Formats: sequence, structure tokens, C-alpha cells
Amino acid sequence: MIKSLSTEDTLENAGLTAEEQQLFSNARPKAYEPYPIKAVEDFANWARANSLWVLAFGTGCGAIELRPLMTARFDANRFGVAGRPTPRQSSVFVIGGYASVKTLKRIIRSYEQMQGPKFVIALGICPVNGGMYFDSYNTINQFDQYIPVDLYITGCMPRPEVLVAGIMELQKKIKQGRCDGANRYVENFDWYKANQKKVIKNWDMPDYNW
Amino acid sequence: MSAMFERLEREFGVTNITELKPGLTTLKVAKDKTETLIRELRDREGYTHLNFMTVIDYIEDSLFTVVYMLHNYDRKDSLSIHVDIGRDGEDMVSIHHLWAQAWTYQRELREAYGIRFPGSPRQDEDFVLEGWDQIPPMRREFDTKKFSEERFGHREGRSSEEPREHMKVNLYPNRGGDEQ
Repeated sequence: MIKSLSTEDTLENAGLTAEEQQLFSNARPKAYEPYPIKAVEDFANWARANSLWVLAFGTGCGAIELRPLMTARFDANRFGVAGRPTPRQSSVFVIGGYASVKTLKRIIRSYEQMQGPKFVIALGICPVNGGMYFDSYNTINQFDQYIPVDLYITGCMPRPEVLVAGIMELQKKIKQGRCDGANRYVENFDWYKANQKKVIKNWDMPDYNW
Repeated sequence: MSAMFERLEREFGVTNITELKPGLTTLKVAKDKTETLIRELRDREGYTHLNFMTVIDYIEDSLFTVVYMLHNYDRKDSLSIHVDIGRDGEDMVSIHHLWAQAWTYQRELREAYGIRFPGSPRQDEDFVLEGWDQIPPMRREFDTKKFSEERFGHREGRSSEEPREHMKVNLYPNRGGDEQ
């Protein structure tokens, strides 16, 4: 059943039918509060940095670089990185290059289903400014308008070595406590949602996917 | 081979038979003969494989040319069948009952060019462009760059270099740029 929340902190879920609205939560996401003791938070961040689970969702051509990364030659397991087939159990979302509007809808859904702490790596030049698809009718140009990005790895395509360097950089950022993408998403939720709905015209899912 | 083309000319009014290279011939046929011609080629001439279907947009002549590429595995020969239809909302004959994969092609062409294939299954379902609200994007009057800038925005700071000038100035400044 839906929790009874006051109207100003619930979501409309206007894309759903009346029947579906009964099935999905309409609560807003909540920001992550760090532990009050800094040493505990630092320890938690150290643990998070060394246990990264990458969502196995190849959203564009760059996903081809994730395969050699996971196998013997580049062996991302050295860094505590492993793949996970479901967003519910993964903490890193690697956006593999361009995102078409159809894929963006699935990216949003998967990203929102991921449990915190969660981090987004945007791979390749396409999420930055559209890359070679800058004039495409179906490919978004600025990925950070829709999902907060913690780390960019640019290039077309970046080699697995660069991806390894990016993962090490992400670990450094996590340990310093600077990966606050998920909190930015919560704080600017309405702005992100408005941007998402500007490009996704058939919005038939909940406003926030738990 | 030539006997087959003579028969096709006689029975189906096929025109413009051109051999582009060994193993690839194009020909043109009228819209109302398309389905019977393709069925004949598939069942009696051994062109059993539909490689692909596509559309060429001749905006200057107000024409769409629907192209069917058939392949004969025994003769290792491909046949490209061109059918001209009007550009403004004219329907095309469906061949989904000859090859099931034509469904998908026809669904895609409906979305990309706005050509309907009556009777083709799941014809009006979205294929790639979910919730598309503009004219079909592969029609040549659609300005994809303008649309992209309006809807997806444009990040400041993006610039592009002319490769030849860029290399001359930045990579080989001492060469003077005379040599090829």
C-alpha cells in the first residue's frame, strides 16, 4: 500500500494509469546522510571504493570495452570491480558511449533502481557533447542533464587501459568523499525530471522508480 | 539468366534491367506487379533470401523508391528490385507473407519514412523512436541538426577543426604545407 505522505513531498506519477498508481510508490528520493563521525565515514568510503559492482548494461558501443576489462588481460577484479546483472545489486553504472532516447529511458529506470551508494562513469565523448552523433535526431547530447555523472572518461573509444585509470580515479574520489552524484540527483530532482521529460515523450513509468 | 529477364520483361513489365557488377542486377517494376514478381522470383527462380528492404528518398522528383534485395544461393546472384511510389502518403504493398522478417523492415520504414504497408503485422507500433512527435526523421525535409539542437541542447565549447589546416599548423609547422 502507498504510504500516506503529505502532498508537497509526493510525486504525481502522472504517466501511470489509476490502477498502476496504486502499485507504485510516490515518495521522493532521500539524500544520503554521511555518518556523523568522520573516521567512520572515511572507513565506509574506503570499503565502498574497493567493492565496485558494475551494472552489466551496455548502453552504447562503448560497452564493448567492458568485456576485455573484466577478463584475464585487464582483469578489473584486481581493483575489486565485478559485474552484476541487476541494478538492485550494483553500485557503478558505466554509460557506454552514446545514449539514444529509447535507451535513456531504460538508463533512468535502472539508475533509479540502483541502491546507494551509486556512482556513474560516462565513457567516451558522446555523453559529454554528443560526439560524432551531435546532430542525430535520436541521441542526446549532454548526458549530465538527465543523470548526474561522477566521472568522465573521454575518447572515442577509450581503451580498457583508460577505463582502468578511470576506475582508479573513481576510487580516489570515493575515498575523498567527493562522489556526491546521487545526492545531487536528489537535491535537483525536479530539474533532472523536467529535463528527462523534455526528451522522453512517452513517459509511462513512475516518476521515481524504486 | 537473360532468358529469365526476357520472361520477366514480358510477364511483369520489368524495365531498366542493369547489371551493376557480376552478381548484382537492378531492375524496376510497377507497384501493382511487385508482390507477384517477388513471389515468382522466390518460388520459381530460386531467389529465396530477402537480404534487406530499404527506401531511397528522391525529394526532387517527389518519389520514394522502395528497394528489395533478393539473393539466390545457387547462382550466387543478387537482384535489386526498385519500385517507385509517391512521396506524399502513398501506401506500399506488403510482403510480410513471403518472408516473416519483412515485418520488421516494414515497421521500421513506416517509422523512418512514414510509408504504410497495409496488412503488415504490428505496423503502427513504435520501433526505435518511442513517442516520436515530429515528421518521420529519415525524410529529407527533416532538419536533423536543427531538431537536435532544439531538443537535446548544445554544449558550449565544442569546436571542430578542418583536419588538413589543423595538421599543417599544429603537427607539421616546419614543412610549409606544400607537399601532399
